[in-house]
Amino acid sequence: MSAAGHISSLGPAEAQLDGPPDPEGQKRGWAGYLLLLPGGLWLLLFFVVPTVTLVATSLYDPAGSLQLGYQMTWHWQNYVDALQDYGPQFVRSLIYASIATIACILLGFPLAYAIAFKAGRYKNLMLVAVIAPFFTSFLIRTLSWQYILGDNEPLVSLLRTLHILGPDGYLLATPFAVVTGLTYNFLPFMVLPLYASLEKIDPRLIEAGADLYASPITTFRTVTLRLAMPGLVAGTLLTFIPAAGDYINSELLGNPQTRMVGNEIQDLFGAGDYPTAAALSVTLMSAIVLLVFLYVRRAGTEELV
Amino acid sequence: MNTFSRWLGDRLVLILGLLVLLYMFVPIFVVILMSFNAPGARNSYTFNGFTLDNWLNVCEPFQLCSSLRTSIEIGLLATLGATILGTLMAFAMVRHRFRGRSSANLFVFLPMATPEIVMGSSLLALFVNAGFAGALGFGTILISHILFCLSFVVVTVKARLSGLDPRLEQAAADLYANEWQTFWRVSFPLVFPGILAAALLSFSLSFDDFIITNLNAGQEVTFPMFVWGANQRGIPPQINVIGTIMFFIALLVVVLGEMASRRRAGR
Repeated sequence: MSAAGHISSLGPAEAQLDGPPDPEGQKRGWAGYLLLLPGGLWLLLFFVVPTVTLVATSLYDPAGSLQLGYQMTWHWQNYVDALQDYGPQFVRSLIYASIATIACILLGFPLAYAIAFKAGRYKNLMLVAVIAPFFTSFLIRTLSWQYILGDNEPLVSLLRTLHILGPDGYLLATPFAVVTGLTYNFLPFMVLPLYASLEKIDPRLIEAGADLYASPITTFRTVTLRLAMPGLVAGTLLTFIPAAGDYINSELLGNPQTRMVGNEIQDLFGAGDYPTAAALSVTLMSAIVLLVFLYVRRAGTEELV
Repeated sequence: MNTFSRWLGDRLVLILGLLVLLYMFVPIFVVILMSFNAPGARNSYTFNGFTLDNWLNVCEPFQLCSSLRTSIEIGLLATLGATILGTLMAFAMVRHRFRGRSSANLFVFLPMATPEIVMGSSLLALFVNAGFAGALGFGTILISHILFCLSFVVVTVKARLSGLDPRLEQAAADLYANEWQTFWRVSFPLVFPGILAAALLSFSLSFDDFIITNLNAGQEVTFPMFVWGANQRGIPPQINVIGTIMFFIALLVVVLGEMASRRRAGR
């Protein structure tokens, strides 16, 4: 605030010395840096510094403890140990997150398309409806899936009657339940960016496709899908990243064989094994950064930021 | 034939979309239904009969209402902090020219692309290494919440700000308004809907966070942490009462916001 106060002492006459305002209306000078300073410091202190600390912690001697303190010994072995012990959970996280992301695309695309092109004057209502279920807490929503997928509840009974499930078949505490929960919880993160991209498409472009004798499928592939690509890329990242790091769905809807890397990191921190937990965390982040980089390069969208 | 298949195609997408929406609401119906569930012998996720008891004795389960209060306090403070810091940053990034703009953009985007478990563990690593292992609690939760809300505020306010014509502010300057007056009388009122949206988003992100909070909370218990603990002990039906209330309060806020923006557009 003091920055703005100081600027106000510069009268309009001095402001004019900067020459004619540029077309984007951007001011030069140090005021911009001052406005950036508080937020930038916060990000530096509590995002950049912690990330460095996390990497450092992952290289501490695992013989230390919270009470005795840790020694920095550049113990790269932590990574080998972490991947040896928790490799399956790691791979499982990436697989579950991938399946959930694909499921979100399959569910989210028709919904986003319907809102963008078919909802008419109910567009805003449908958009509110997309986010409304997410006003209740993440945990409460996930707990209610415990009921929906529960052993003696209507859904399982129905599937047993239809012989889709065997007489002793169940859904809760299976990989299916975990992926269902992940899909459900991150679906809006797919729908909203997809909608934002689809909404910008001029419907006349799609009509033009039909006028030029393209089949609906060709038009969809070459016009709609291509123009929706930025939304699809953003939605995929926004779904995949949190899903890969999540452990709530696995804990509430899964079983000990569906544990994901998030469960292990949380438990390792709880048990006080900081170096291994940090190594696992850094590995997860690196894998995600790598995948995002490859995916964005392949999908050709660099305007995410 | 072609017209018929296209007609069907049109309706098909709409029907599919509505089915997906229905699927999204199923858990909410369950939460509302279960908030009226009578206590049963087994767990509270089997419907035993209708009762209003849960609604009349919301605070009965130990720690439920105190955790709710903690979450509201943290939510309000985190919203205040993140909204102020984020709005200043958004103004700098849209209205000022400076070196390193694109790296600033990346810098703001990165926290949103970091999985919660990684952000939570790096904060914990920092606090522990800095000797705050015993001091984890309200303060450390607040620090982490301001951090993860900040990027969302910057993005939301930036979107609103870059849609505004900078000539409005230049006109104010031409009419001899100083920077301070220009900000408060022109820029701020125009950007306010964006700031308000950012604040609401911050509050709901903060109120709902579990993974980062759980790592950095020490002995403090927020509402999501209470729910998590309750899942291990047996879930009190009152949790669904809170879920239902949250749903309707948020819905009310959104509907009021929609009405306000419609009135503004109609004027």
